[in-house]
Amino acid sequence: MSTTTELRKDTGTPDSAEETLLELCSMHVFYGAIEALKGIDLTVRKGEIVALLGGNGAGKTTTLRTISGMLQPRQGEVRYRGERIDGIKSHELVQFGIGHVPEGRRVFAAMTVRDNLEMGAYRFSSVDPADMDRVFTLFPRLAERRSQLAGTLSGGEQQMLAIGRALMGEPELLLLDEPSMGLAPLIVQQIFEIIEEINKQGTTVLLVEQNATQALGLANRGYVLETGSVAMSGPAAELLSDPRIREAYLGEGAA
Amino acid sequence: MSLQEFWDYLVLGVMLGSLYAVIAIGYTLVYGVLQLINFAHSEVFMLGAYGSLIVLQLVSPGDNPSVMASIGFVALAMAGSALFGGVTAYGLEKVAYRPLRRRGAPRLIFLITAIGASFFLYNLAGKLFGRDPLPLPEMYENREIFSLFGAGVNITQLLQFATAVVMMVLLDLVVNRTKLGMGIRAVAQDAEVAGLMGVNIDKVVSRTFIIGGVLGGVAGFLFANLNQVSYTMGFIPGITAFAAAVVGGIGNIRGAMFGGVLIGIVETMTVPLLGDEWRSVSAMVVLILVLMFRPMGILGERVGRAA
Repeated sequence: MSTTTELRKDTGTPDSAEETLLELCSMHVFYGAIEALKGIDLTVRKGEIVALLGGNGAGKTTTLRTISGMLQPRQGEVRYRGERIDGIKSHELVQFGIGHVPEGRRVFAAMTVRDNLEMGAYRFSSVDPADMDRVFTLFPRLAERRSQLAGTLSGGEQQMLAIGRALMGEPELLLLDEPSMGLAPLIVQQIFEIIEEINKQGTTVLLVEQNATQALGLANRGYVLETGSVAMSGPAAELLSDPRIREAYLGEGAA
Repeated sequence: MSLQEFWDYLVLGVMLGSLYAVIAIGYTLVYGVLQLINFAHSEVFMLGAYGSLIVLQLVSPGDNPSVMASIGFVALAMAGSALFGGVTAYGLEKVAYRPLRRRGAPRLIFLITAIGASFFLYNLAGKLFGRDPLPLPEMYENREIFSLFGAGVNITQLLQFATAVVMMVLLDLVVNRTKLGMGIRAVAQDAEVAGLMGVNIDKVVSRTFIIGGVLGGVAGFLFANLNQVSYTMGFIPGITAFAAAVVGGIGNIRGAMFGGVLIGIVETMTVPLLGDEWRSVSAMVVLILVLMFRPMGILGERVGRAA
């Protein structure tokens, strides 16, 4: 993986790694009468990759959607750099530097690759060519297909586009919702390498995955959600060797 | 039908069609961003016509105005219709539809609200402006200025066609070349993700209504200039233009333009072939035939595609 891409301007020095970027404090989220998240506590520090694991319906996507303002917590707080951000609408939240790659990629199918990337930079008054170059360096496949409609791309290319689109907004924190979903193992490998690269370039990552082995292989720390609560959390290496994790997720992760 | 008659009616048909196209864009834009059929758009059209009438009554062009004065009157009337159309559409969204969106109301509620808003607006117009049809004051002396394939074209027709074409070109530029246009297209495809990119959905929806309203309002003026202003004038052109939007593929702007011109030609051609009473029938027959073979409309590919 090439490391020649320019470092991002807001890249922190190593000693700022302890700085807390995102904090969820006993966050409760409801869908109507159903309590989807039952008091989540979660912290993401600057420069980290944090994996959020769990089975279907555990509340992983709901957590990300609440962070980026698509859902509002009924109780609890979401703090970003110490400032409360729950209650802020998603289009305003972008200005805080939170990028969200949604579950299922959701590229703008009827727009070209280039237009999709320009959409990612919508929060700026104009598109920074350096951002576009950075995305094309990370994903040479997108450069080749820049004039193609996003709907005609393969699943892996769409995932790359979805990530590239989020990067165009120059996020400080990138929320990734199951980037490996429905992709061939080789492509998943590529995507994970790129996530690592993006992180090295200075973007903090909160990664939602069902693929526990691969996510923990990449992450500094992990949280395991079970039916809306944090069941386990800790450094990635510890979680990887935890027999409960091995039993519950590693079989599933390999599938 | 003689060849000359064919050309005569074809020219008329294209002109009428250009008007339908402009109205149809209003339906298709709003459908694109909200998946809502804004049945009150016909009232935006009607109120646009009243806007031009009110302005013209205020400035009251006298007999035989000079060319410059005529151009001024037309421009003022057009501005009046654009203002009325834009404000009406903006108000509709704000008062009738936005509260429903906030509550996440089902689609059917939107549809019924649209029909209710339509009833309200045309009855309000009847109450405010009277129920007798009124002609627009004469802004210029209408005469034939050139002939196309032997078919005479007068100033009113040229004004109608040229304005419609200019508005469509401008709209196409706005949608495909500006940031607002990009926001409109993004919201049409995936509003939630557009929000994640920083698009203020409420603002985009509101501006989309205004754009559609301005187009519809000016179309109302152009239509009234050819016919008359009345509080019920929106219904038939509205339904026909809606059919045109569906024929072209609702949600697709170029489809609306195409559908509008197609329906305009078919309707007009019906007159010499079958008689005037078959006009509206023929538009609906086109709609049914297209929907039988291409339920998504001629240029419609998938729901949510705006351009």
